[in-house]
Amino acid sequence: MSDRNEIPVDPHVAVVATATGVIDGDLTTADGRPLKKALQSANAVRRRRAFYLVAPLLVFILVTFIFPIGQMLHRSFYNEGFTVHEDVTTGVRTPIMTDLTAWFEAHPRGTEPDEAAFVALRNGIAQLDELKAAGSAGTRINYIRSGSRSMFTKAGRKWDKMEPPYKEAFLELDEEWGDPELWSAMRSASHSYTLDFYLAAVDLARDVEGQVVAVDVKRQVYVKLFIRTLILSVLITFLTFILAYPIAHLLATLPLRYSNLLMIFVLLPFWTSLLVRTTSWMVLLQSQGVVNDALVATGLLSDENRLQMMYNQIGTVVAMTHILLPFMVLPLYSVMRPIDPSYVRAARSLGATSWTAFRRIYFPQTVPGIGAGALLVFILAVGYYITPALVGGADGQLISNLIAFHMQKSLNWSLAAALASILLAGVLVLYWLYDKLVGIDNLKLG
Amino acid sequence: MKIKSILMASALAGVAGAALAESHGGQEVVMMSWGGAYGKSQEEAYNKPFTAETGIPVTMVDADNPATPLKAQVEAGNVSIDVADVEFSDAVRLCDEGLLEEIDPSILPPAPDGTPAAEDFIDGAIQDCAVANIVWSTVMAYNADAFTTAPDSIDDFFNLDEFPGKRGLRKTAKATLEMALMADGVPAGEVYDVLETEEGIDRAFAKLDTIKDSIVWWEAGAQPPQLLADGEVTMSTAYNGRIFNAAVAEGQPLEIVWDGQILDFDLFVIPKGAPHKDAAMQYIAFATDTQRLADQAKWISYGPARKSSGALVGLYQDGKTEMAPHMPTAAANLENALVNNFEFWVDMDAELNERFNAWLAQ
Repeated sequence: MSDRNEIPVDPHVAVVATATGVIDGDLTTADGRPLKKALQSANAVRRRRAFYLVAPLLVFILVTFIFPIGQMLHRSFYNEGFTVHEDVTTGVRTPIMTDLTAWFEAHPRGTEPDEAAFVALRNGIAQLDELKAAGSAGTRINYIRSGSRSMFTKAGRKWDKMEPPYKEAFLELDEEWGDPELWSAMRSASHSYTLDFYLAAVDLARDVEGQVVAVDVKRQVYVKLFIRTLILSVLITFLTFILAYPIAHLLATLPLRYSNLLMIFVLLPFWTSLLVRTTSWMVLLQSQGVVNDALVATGLLSDENRLQMMYNQIGTVVAMTHILLPFMVLPLYSVMRPIDPSYVRAARSLGATSWTAFRRIYFPQTVPGIGAGALLVFILAVGYYITPALVGGADGQLISNLIAFHMQKSLNWSLAAALASILLAGVLVLYWLYDKLVGIDNLKLG
Repeated sequence: MKIKSILMASALAGVAGAALAESHGGQEVVMMSWGGAYGKSQEEAYNKPFTAETGIPVTMVDADNPATPLKAQVEAGNVSIDVADVEFSDAVRLCDEGLLEEIDPSILPPAPDGTPAAEDFIDGAIQDCAVANIVWSTVMAYNADAFTTAPDSIDDFFNLDEFPGKRGLRKTAKATLEMALMADGVPAGEVYDVLETEEGIDRAFAKLDTIKDSIVWWEAGAQPPQLLADGEVTMSTAYNGRIFNAAVAEGQPLEIVWDGQILDFDLFVIPKGAPHKDAAMQYIAFATDTQRLADQAKWISYGPARKSSGALVGLYQDGKTEMAPHMPTAAANLENALVNNFEFWVDMDAELNERFNAWLAQ
């Protein structure tokens, strides 16, 4: 740095005293503008330039990140499957089931559906058939009550042959049309805004009277998986910390030429495809795999008692710990590298035991790295799904596997969005807790 | 000079091509399928003979899942494909959404012995907007090296005493619950009636409970042959084409048990607004006739969707493997076979998979 102790002067703004010579007068620039204003406008220009520089990034983030995520979250409490039909080719939006919605509004929950209700239903289905929307409207009801979709598609094919009274006609077509659960489901679905998906995402449902109740114990799965995801993620974060701390310490204290070589060993797996690493663990850990074969060959294990280390929680924890390890090593390394070894030496020379010196001097200086690493690993672990899907078997599945299931297979995007929103909220709460306990400014990513 | 002649040549070729196209009324068929060995089988068995007979050229386009681009094209109002090969669930869903042309079954030719098409096709193979061409199936397969006596029925899958070892199953309720019920003694014809009831679902899960600790779950179709060949499992459910390929083309000691197989279709559909709709109809009628469906089996071990094609199935492309016994639709293999009920699964998918996932997590 410069060894002259001059105050740096912005060469673009020549500062002169005012010509009148009054000492307490305003300072102006060479062209006579007040200095304060000149500075303000110069700063404004600079700020605008800075904004233009980040504008592409801002637009990029808005378009590719904030907007789609916002739309996704919107889906978790907004579903028009039973209220509006959008024609795919023309984009024309038609309100559907309007008569039935009006009937629901005129009659409180629990009213036995009368002939007027069935007439409204028939009109709605006639319109659905015209729009070719019986399948999609039925799917919306099917999310709440299984078995409803085919009732709508069937009724869509047969409505024109129905004769009044329509209540009997519908019940003759399928007596399930009289099921109070079905009417309760249609009532819920007749509003585009709904909390049904959040209820479903925490194993709750609305009963016929509209009360929130727990779903049948045989169908409860999401709460259990949320808890499991949380526990496994904490465990994996802890394991990566235990493993990464000594590695990072070694890397930080070795002479550069050795530590660079070792760093390659940390980074090489990091650069390898996730699938390759996951599959390698399968080759190692499966019951006919390398580890078991070695144990059997050395006589430590009999052939019948091969260890089951894959397709269960052990497999998930081992593979994910390995895959996420670099995310812990790198932040730790970056905080350990600049720690001056003379601090610990000073502590030792003042009589501290090596444990005390570590605990009181070295460890506190690495906390920002631990925080950053733990946060990274934890957040990544909470959202992991390829590895648990491949090695998790039955009990190594995480909540993200079910989110993927609802995104890709069942196509119930609203439920997937509700599950994802809860997960996101959970992560934000943990982030807030971290900020309260450790302080977010005390975070060092590298 | 050289450039000029190339330009001239290509211009001439263009004119010639246009003239050729004009000669059969500007007709052509753009067909979208899945590529790979399956696409090749269609190219050889359907497209080449169709062009030879009618003079209408067929252009083949590959897609990961033709239903996706088809949906995008119709929604964008810019359709370039005439025929697509899609899965059952997609065919019904796209038809429900009004994205497909309806296909009149009367255009389909009868079997050589005069049986009308409606009776000649396997049940469910003709839908409002779709006609099936092949049948694939989820079967039980085993590693022949693992057992001294060969398993021969679906109950053996659940018999851990006589046939020890791990079992591979696909991590989904579909097919798994049906197999459990068939193994528990429910005849194929009654499976979906039983599975509709609460007791039936409990019964299926109770059967699965008996082997739960021995199950290795798979998700991708390539996994079961691998798990079986590695000895990781001794028996597994699998797609029949994958096992055939591992056994015949790669020489692995894998065998299929056809008892309790679950059949599924791939179907031809025509998107709404297809540029050559009439030629597409003509193509579908031609490609799904008895001989064409039988010819396809030469190239891949998926079964023809017509009963009358079974007798005409010949040798595999290696020239020595008789394909007939490897077809999911061979008479001997159909003795206790279940046809996947799409309607049942669109209705019950959510509930059964929730229960399935809850059962897994227990």
